Amino acid sequence: MSVATMPETSGQAPDLTRDEIEDFLYYEAELLDNWSLDEWLALFERDATYEVPTAGAADDVDSSTSLFYIADDYQRLCYRIDRLKSKAAHSEWPRADLVRLISNIRIGEPVANGRAVTCKFACFRSKHHNTDTFVGHIRYVITRTADGLKIQSKRVMLDLNSLRPHGRISILL
Amino acid sequence: MDEASTSAPVFAEMGRNLIVTATLRTGSYIIDDRERGVFKVNRDAFTSEDVLRRERELIFNKCWLFLGHASELKNPNDYLTRSVGGQEVIFNRDRKGEFHAFFNVCPHRGAQVAREKCGNAIAFKCFYHGWAFNNNGKFSTRSQPGVYPTDFGEDGSVDLAVVPRLESYRDFFFVNFDAGAVPLPEYLSRSKEMFDIIADHSPNGMEIVGGVQEYSIRANWKLLVENSYDGFHAVQTHETYFDYLTKHIGPDHVAKAVANISRPGASRALDFGNGHAAIETIAAWGRPIARSIPPWGEEGKAKAEALMKELEARVGPERAVRIGDRDRNIGIFPNLVLNDIMAITVRTFYPIAPNLMEVNSWALAPVGEDPVTRKHRLDNFLEFLGPGGFATPDDVEALESAQRGYASSRFSPWNDISRGVLKEQPAADDEAQMRSFWRQWDRLMRGAE
Repeated sequence: MSVATMPETSGQAPDLTRDEIEDFLYYEAELLDNWSLDEWLALFERDATYEVPTAGAADDVDSSTSLFYIADDYQRLCYRIDRLKSKAAHSEWPRADLVRLISNIRIGEPVANGRAVTCKFACFRSKHHNTDTFVGHIRYVITRTADGLKIQSKRVMLDLNSLRPHGRISILL
Repeated sequence: MDEASTSAPVFAEMGRNLIVTATLRTGSYIIDDRERGVFKVNRDAFTSEDVLRRERELIFNKCWLFLGHASELKNPNDYLTRSVGGQEVIFNRDRKGEFHAFFNVCPHRGAQVAREKCGNAIAFKCFYHGWAFNNNGKFSTRSQPGVYPTDFGEDGSVDLAVVPRLESYRDFFFVNFDAGAVPLPEYLSRSKEMFDIIADHSPNGMEIVGGVQEYSIRANWKLLVENSYDGFHAVQTHETYFDYLTKHIGPDHVAKAVANISRPGASRALDFGNGHAAIETIAAWGRPIARSIPPWGEEGKAKAEALMKELEARVGPERAVRIGDRDRNIGIFPNLVLNDIMAITVRTFYPIAPNLMEVNSWALAPVGEDPVTRKHRLDNFLEFLGPGGFATPDDVEALESAQRGYASSRFSPWNDISRGVLKEQPAADDEAQMRSFWRQWDRLMRGAE
């Protein structure tokens, strides 16, 4: 499966279609479930952010004033990937089994070269005979670049009262 | 081993079983042999339902437990609800600003009278039948004449039940479910020094930053006590975090700091009495209080220098260095961790079952902190700490792995906590701080007051 390619154009890029966005999100989900870490990182713009605020936080919460679980700029996200590729990332080696479902995809306001997109998700992580469930909604900004669709920002909102019984978000959501 | 040798079946077995017999004979789960330099903890302490029942009775119902920080209730009538030591508690301030702790239980029929995480309320009204209470806990329900006797509640029996003891030290509020407990300052003993150091980070006081990390670990709560100030595991378990630091701030810096963990003079364990202990060293990471790292640039360096100058002027040069340039992991018995490291985490946890704990973790920071420094602080926190950090998830993995191992405690019965036991001044990568915890745990579990 591959991301839809962009037609050669000059000037204003054409708007993203629902098909393109859905394909892109399902592709991203597949990369994550398969632990295709480098391929997943390649979906991000070089100044992208990847964030997971604490469970139940408001959509507009700010990582410079509130405690999150994850508030990565691109550099820290690159290291997160490096780390997960190491067998010394003990929590995720051996690998957990992952499945995620994406639904309720809503295409929001146009932004520069792209769209704000939200979806609901459920992600199941199974390891040591425990299966933990992460549910919530994701707020993306997805852009069209010369290199195909890219993630400008991804904020994973956990619609849980607390991160229990989970002990960690050592996987990528 | 005279008494053990009278037991023929045990005598025939291996030496380690002799130790089991000797220990269980004394009613203790620990072996504390100071002459031989051996300290061991029996793994049944992490798996037994009976041990947990006795911990609830003898530790969690008798010790001072962290409730919250004064900064969480900034204004009169502010309240928050929280589970502490297995009890649902309201922590609030009344109209006059006085702090209270009530059980969040309606005296009428038991429903919770406050059902939100936090808010501002001059009264609490139970949603079940509508009994109401002023925020000083007093019964304030209006009823038709004749419904209740005219002197109903005058004896206080229908007021919100007050948590027997509520006391604070340097803005850290604790509760005690034992009305006869010693006062908090006496209980904290010499660990008060640690609270002083943390409170002195700022001339403006300290505050809990918005956002709490609430998670669980499928392991015994005492494993997190040990892990929270375990300098020995750091480089081994957290190889990937140290890799990150090396890339982020440079190999020489990290190598020097790693050497500090065991270097006399740079590293030490501290025993404060009553089971409270800490390790102190000079680590590699930047501290948002007066220790800058290269990625923070000239601006970060200038800010750190200014912070150090302010500290020196306020608390003197020696204490300024201790506050600004030393890292400490502190364990307040039984279940409060204050780690003043790359950020400050306030962490408390409580057992739900022998193999399951619930953890609450907050970030503490100076009031009025410069926004750039605050951002460094929160980035630092998230890089190491919490469910999404580069380190904590691997701690969780280690604790859960050990917990699974204890299923074999009959065949492999002992945890070894002997590291550094013969040293006069144990270092941060020794295990003296854990021995301080276990000795107090053992004392209380054997019924000592």
